[in-house]
Amino acid sequence: MNIAELQKKLLAAARTEVLDDRVPYAFEKRITALLASRVAPDNMALWVRGLWRAAVSCVAITLLFGAWAVFNPTTTTTTTTDDLSQNFENTLLASVDQSDQAP
Amino acid sequence: MERTEAELIAAVLKGDAASFEPLVQKYSPRVFATARRYARRDSEVEDIAQEVWLKAFSKLQSFRGEAPFEHWLMRMTVRTCYDFLRGHQRNRESSFSELSEPENDWLERFVTQPETLTDNADAAKLLIERVMEKLSPSARLVITLLEIEDRSVKEIAELTGWSVPLVKVRAFRARGEMRKILAKMTKDKYL
Repeated sequence: MNIAELQKKLLAAARTEVLDDRVPYAFEKRITALLASRVAPDNMALWVRGLWRAAVSCVAITLLFGAWAVFNPTTTTTTTTDDLSQNFENTLLASVDQSDQAP
Repeated sequence: MERTEAELIAAVLKGDAASFEPLVQKYSPRVFATARRYARRDSEVEDIAQEVWLKAFSKLQSFRGEAPFEHWLMRMTVRTCYDFLRGHQRNRESSFSELSEPENDWLERFVTQPETLTDNADAAKLLIERVMEKLSPSARLVITLLEIEDRSVKEIAELTGWSVPLVKVRAFRARGEMRKILAKMTKDKYL
């Protein structure tokens, strides 16, 4: 069998094939809907939303600590020796105090 | 007033996704026709077309407007079809024993009375479809573009992104691959 001739005949048959360019109903609408659902969110809007959430959290924490500072009974009974800030200052300045006391 | 393609593309790039719809409507017939050359089932054809449009939308910024939008889109379509062929290489190893009666008759007539055969016989179209399905993805693509769509090597290089020498090499190999498949088909039938 002449393979080259067969190839030629089959390719000639393929060339006569009429192209089917039908498009499914409302295909363009489907694509647009798909794109709308996939459109990348606005970066600015993302930042603004994130910052608002952070601001609300900060206000809530501030109010919480404020209320704790005002209403916590232990703060009112703290003596000077137990005072954390005083202890911190003493520790920090210990080396300076020692150098002052040295002859 | 109807907006031009350039205006529609500019609007899409500014974030108006709805302006993409007229472009989809205008060029979908070409995208579907091309996809049907490489995929048989409607669902596969639709998947290819959908992927082409999603890619076109996401890569629209790379469209510089130097060539018509249609050319840019067809390049994307051909490359998506090639990716599809590479991803669906099943059935390439099946035999030709299941040829239908009209296909067998056509082959019979090709051997006995080749002068009576017409080019647009349905059986011949079915046969070539079978043969094309057995080709490797690159061979199928290059045979379709070069032999069936009658495109030049340069055009194929632009559509596929391959170099001109690579298209020539692949075309040479594709013809050889096709002849081998045809030889196997006739051997299956006559031996």
